[in-house]
Amino acid sequence: MSVMQLVAEYLIAALLVLGGAFALVGSWGLAKLPSLMTRLHGSTKATTLGVGSCLIASMIYFPVFADTYSAHELLITLFLFITAPVAAHMVAKAHLHRQRRGLDGERADDIPDEVPPPAQGGWATFDGAR
Amino acid sequence: MLGLLFGVLVPIFTRRFWPDRPRLRVGPALLGYLAIVLRDIVVANFHVAFVILARRNRDLRTHWLVIPLDVRSPEAITALAGTISLTPGTVSSDVSDDGRALLVHALDVQDPVAEVARIKARYESRLLRIFP
Repeated sequence: MSVMQLVAEYLIAALLVLGGAFALVGSWGLAKLPSLMTRLHGSTKATTLGVGSCLIASMIYFPVFADTYSAHELLITLFLFITAPVAAHMVAKAHLHRQRRGLDGERADDIPDEVPPPAQGGWATFDGAR
Repeated sequence: MLGLLFGVLVPIFTRRFWPDRPRLRVGPALLGYLAIVLRDIVVANFHVAFVILARRNRDLRTHWLVIPLDVRSPEAITALAGTISLTPGTVSSDVSDDGRALLVHALDVQDPVAEVARIKARYESRLLRIFP
C-alpha cells in the first residue's frame, strides 16, 4: 500500500466519522428540540454536513482505490442542496397555517407564537391570494 | 456524453426564445459567494451541534427575523432563501406578498437586529453583485 493510499484511508475514515457524528447530532436534535420550527434546524444539519462529508469520502475513495471516477456524488450534493430548502420551506408554511388556525395543540410548544409582520403588506403564505 | 452534449447545445440554440432569461454574472463574485457559503455551512454546523448538545431547551433564544430585501429578481431572492436555509441555525419560512421581506426562523441568536444585518451584509450584498 502506497503512502498516498494510506493518507487517503485516514482522510476517508475521518470524514466518515465526522459525517456520522453530525447525522447523529442532527437526529438527537430532532428528538430533543422543543418545537417544530426548532426541529427543522436539526434536519438541515444532518443533510448538509452529515451527508456532505460522506459524499466527499466517497469521492476520495473511488479514484484512489477502485480506479474509477464518477460525478454522481456531485449530482447528489446538487440535488440535495436544491431540494432541502424547498422541503423546509413547505413544512414551515404548513406549520404557519396550522398555528394561525389554532390547530396545533401544544401552544407552549412554539416559543414566539406570533409571527412579526413585514414592513408593509403581509406574508405571502396568508395574504398572497389577494 | 450525449446527454452532456445536448444539455449544453440545446440552451445555446434556443437562447433567442427565452427573452426573460435570468441574468447571472459568472465570475469571481459567484465563486467567492460559493466559497463563503460552504465555509459558513461548516461553521454553523458546529455551532448548531453545540447548541443541540449543550443548551437546555428553555435557554434557547429562538427568534423570528424579518429581513428587508434589497434584491428584487425572483432568482436572487430564491438563492438568498436557499442559502439561509442551508446554513444550519436559520430556516427561511416565508416571503412577503410584495417580495420585499423574508421571514426567517433562527434557532439561537443573541441579537436579532445584528443577525439580520449580518445576513444582509454577508450574503445579500454579494448576491446583488451576482444578479445585476
